[in-house]
Amino acid sequence: MSGYMYPNEITLYWSVLIVLYPYITGLVAGAFILASLERVFRVEAVKPTYRLALLTAMAFLLVAPLPLLFHLGHPERSWEMYFTPHSTSAMAMFGYVYLWYLMAVLSFEIWLDYRREIVLLSQSSKGLLRLVYKIMTLGSTNIGERALHIDERVGWIVTLIGIPSAFLLHGYVGFIFGSLKSNPWWSSPLTPVVFIFSAMVSGIAAVMLIYMAITKLRRQPIDTRCVDTVAMYMFYIFIIDFSLEMLDLVHRIYEADESFRSLNFMAHTKLFFSQIVLQMFLGTLLPLILLFLTQIVQLSEIARKRIYAFSGCMILISVFAMRWNVVIGGQLFSKSFLGYTTYKVGLVTHEGLLVALGLILLPLFFLWVLLKLLPPWSESGASAAAD
Amino acid sequence: MNGFKDAGHLFRFAGLFVVAFLVFWVVRGFVVPKSFGQYGHYRAAAVSEYAARPVKFAGHQACEACHTDIASTKAGGKHAQVNCEACHGALAKHAEDPTSLTPPKPDTAVLCVRCHAASAAKPKDFPQIDAVSHANGVPCETCHNPHSPAIGAPPAAAKGGAQ
Repeated sequence: MSGYMYPNEITLYWSVLIVLYPYITGLVAGAFILASLERVFRVEAVKPTYRLALLTAMAFLLVAPLPLLFHLGHPERSWEMYFTPHSTSAMAMFGYVYLWYLMAVLSFEIWLDYRREIVLLSQSSKGLLRLVYKIMTLGSTNIGERALHIDERVGWIVTLIGIPSAFLLHGYVGFIFGSLKSNPWWSSPLTPVVFIFSAMVSGIAAVMLIYMAITKLRRQPIDTRCVDTVAMYMFYIFIIDFSLEMLDLVHRIYEADESFRSLNFMAHTKLFFSQIVLQMFLGTLLPLILLFLTQIVQLSEIARKRIYAFSGCMILISVFAMRWNVVIGGQLFSKSFLGYTTYKVGLVTHEGLLVALGLILLPLFFLWVLLKLLPPWSESGASAAAD
Repeated sequence: MNGFKDAGHLFRFAGLFVVAFLVFWVVRGFVVPKSFGQYGHYRAAAVSEYAARPVKFAGHQACEACHTDIASTKAGGKHAQVNCEACHGALAKHAEDPTSLTPPKPDTAVLCVRCHAASAAKPKDFPQIDAVSHANGVPCETCHNPHSPAIGAPPAAAKGGAQ
């Protein structure tokens, strides 16, 4: 700690878990947007990632509230936000936004999309799995042509509703930070927009990497046209995200309000590595240049895939660094603009590094379970049974 | 009619929502206290429950009525404005019947640094120390009279009991 801090600023109250929370919800929103490319915007090339994107969104969405629950002193009281909703608090309404997205959008869309397979698997599988699939059919085994056509139409509408819902889920997270007028690092109407675009980039990168990794593990060829198209969309959205972040930065520099000197000092000292080096140069400019090369230079297939994989990893690191810089950075300086504190991550504390690592790995376990239960690839048992 | 039949599974999914909502509404009826929302976004009955709680603090006037020697030592020192129970804890029971409860003597090595540990958030003219380099575990009262802490202040007649 250095300089002058107010007593309630010395310790950081929002830890690495609060960094994870917008990161995870961002991956959910981004994965869903990728799925909508195929479903609503009819980008056929990304079809191999459609179902995987939905399952990835679901796996991460199931984990999204956990960082918050670990952070709470009394997680058992979290139900109260459902029972006694406080409509004037954006934070308190999170439960409803979350539930809407989980149940009305994602679960419904996955159920509609997989209904045919679920019915077939409920007939072909055995034991406990059969019971699970039976429950998932909700007692309806109608997979006639007309029923499936209705599913297709309704699924399209759900995806259409899902796009603004995904924006709502993540835009709301940005809104919470952006609307905190007491903190100049967060308080900006651009914050929710920047959050949404960075979420889209990170979600698309995550699904692309998962698709490439799983296809490799299954010893199947990676659909080059698919990853080319996904990377192209990732590149375009990344340009918008980068432009918005630069707009925010330039606006702050030009406006140079009373907080500017303090924030500028922080960006050059405490946040230099995470913001300037990691987020801006290694995580944004480097992948942008590489992805730009893939768009203008005729590179070999293997080189393109390597660039996509590397850029995807760097984007994931960059967006995590961005969340870190927002959440942690916003608490490192005093509102007196005369002092700075330090954040030290615990290792085995209940908001420490091990818990954070566990929470970032848990969605991958959920995804593995979902992939076993609802395989997104066509040579699943259900399709075989159908044939 | 056929269309209705082919969309039957959608009604089942919608039915899940209706059932979940009904369960939620019933559970809500049980878990939300009846007086919730009467005055604001809290349980109104909590106000009267808090008001009915026994008073735990006696107030410095009650202490000074008996401990006159300490009161006079304290009155001339830097801690004149610090309430007795801020250090000694809530002692309404002791004030009511002194024989029923003998207050434990606070450990000054722990107690004093709660206020006097160095922090950039405190005004510069407020006495602050780094406990390790300043005392290294030696209780503060070895050198300072807690009731009038300036070195060279009148010694503690302080240690005496009630008059």
